[in-house]
Amino acid sequence: MFSGFMVNTWIAATLVAVIAGVVGFFVVLRGAAFVAHAIPHGAFGGAAGAVLIGVNPLAGLGVFAVGGALGIGWLGRRGRHDVATALALVLMLGLGALFLSFSVEYAAAIYSLLFGEVLGVPSDELLPIAGLGVACIAALAVLYRPLMLTSIAPEVAEARGVRAQRIETGFLLVVALAATMTVPVVGVLLMFSLMIGPAATAGSLTRSPRNAIALSVLIALATVWLALAVSYLTNLPVGFFVGTLGAVWYGGARIWTARRRGRTASG
Amino acid sequence: MNQVLRALFAPGFFASDPVHAALVVGAVVALVTGAVGVFTVIRGQAFAGHALGEVGSAGGSAAFLGGANPLWGFMGVAIVAAGLIELLGLHRPRARDVATGLVLGAGLGLAALFLYLDATSSSTTGVAVTILFGSLFAVSQQMLPSIVALSAVSLVVLAVCYRMLLLSSLSSDLAAARGVPVRALGIAYLVIMAVAVSLAAETIGAILATALVVGPPATALRLTKRPGGALVVAGLIGVAAVWLGIVLAYDSYYWPPAGHGWPVSFFVVALVFLFYLAAGAVTGMTQARRSRRSERAARRTASGCAEHPGDAA
Repeated sequence: MFSGFMVNTWIAATLVAVIAGVVGFFVVLRGAAFVAHAIPHGAFGGAAGAVLIGVNPLAGLGVFAVGGALGIGWLGRRGRHDVATALALVLMLGLGALFLSFSVEYAAAIYSLLFGEVLGVPSDELLPIAGLGVACIAALAVLYRPLMLTSIAPEVAEARGVRAQRIETGFLLVVALAATMTVPVVGVLLMFSLMIGPAATAGSLTRSPRNAIALSVLIALATVWLALAVSYLTNLPVGFFVGTLGAVWYGGARIWTARRRGRTASG
Repeated sequence: MNQVLRALFAPGFFASDPVHAALVVGAVVALVTGAVGVFTVIRGQAFAGHALGEVGSAGGSAAFLGGANPLWGFMGVAIVAAGLIELLGLHRPRARDVATGLVLGAGLGLAALFLYLDATSSSTTGVAVTILFGSLFAVSQQMLPSIVALSAVSLVVLAVCYRMLLLSSLSSDLAAARGVPVRALGIAYLVIMAVAVSLAAETIGAILATALVVGPPATALRLTKRPGGALVVAGLIGVAAVWLGIVLAYDSYYWPPAGHGWPVSFFVVALVFLFYLAAGAVTGMTQARRSRRSERAARRTASGCAEHPGDAA
């Protein structure tokens, strides 16, 4: 499980989990689950296009993810945000359907792009993944204070002259960067669930932002490692374990906090 | 005239059975999703609408595995997911967003499992693509009666709840004060949406389900402020997009690369998107004209006041 080609997978998965845990905290804080789902999922269209013209899928994912993020930001200023997100998503997927129909790519390759694959990380992809991860963390470190402020107290942020739209665009671009990292391991459909499950669980267990980020990263790591190990042993898709584990953690945390609250109320 | 018609409709368009079925099913689904979608947009539940369609694919693939009709799988799972979203979502919009995301994540995880099992058990690797992307031209004639019946039922339920639903969508506080059961209505609405969206997702694919439940209603709400009118306009825009998309997809068989039809989902989505942008441009222009007119009127009254300073004093 830890020999040869699997080492790359473990490294890539660990990087993805750390990024998903940190970015996910802000996704949950801002109620941006739809965007976090739409950008990676829509970027699938870009990967299909890249495969069609014979370029690295990572490049196609990046172009579509960034394009989608900018498009959602642009449309969202002129209409309802969730409508803009939905329309940008379906447009990117429609293009994806078009590209897929032209290419002769095997269905199995499409499936692994959608739902992730354990054995799919070549050594030369580790460096780009790490680079994207560092860029994500750096961007979030710069955006940390204004992001917190616009998420928690938008009026105060406005009074202090924080440009909410610029922060929003920056945040969308960070989500796009994080989405681009997902190709090899988790798959475009389940990356967002790795962002939301651990972060929502952490958010229901602790109130302090720093603790919540740390906890969210830990839970994301546990999710990915567990999913990889079980997937390797059972041969079932990684995405299945990532998706369901996120919901299981959250359900467990909710029950635990409800019990504790019940005990303190009665005792 | 004949030549124009031939240029628009490639030979054989009106004689093809799959095209007939696609036109009928597409229109029925577009009407239902248009009507249901107006409330989806007003209530800000586009994410839930999209999620229910995608989660349904877990049911669809499970039904495929068990040899049952995928439509019932789609619908059953979508309705359960709607209940879970409502149960977890409480009343705060942010909690609802996260709850929808969690349910969608779990649903997609299950879909990954079932699609994998489908592919290994029947060795038909195309299942993932068929279930996730769907195809209007693959609609089976036998399903037509159930599709029409389910659509009719959702439209009737929507008509019965119409006034209460509209009130609670525009202002849930006001609705609650008037004795409308807001919570129960919210669940009922999510169930109607689950039925409509999974109907669409099973027949025309999850992409088009989302496109039709969000796009035409949002376009209609840009063009008209009256909800009743928006229902009709949304239905018409949806039908127009689907039919035009089918015609273009059929014609595209003669486009480059020759002998290869472009997917109908692409055309319908592109049309829906273009309609939305066009409606935004139209309303933007009329608003600019109106504000310019009122500005001019304001200037006129201002200068009028300036000419008679004594009046103001």
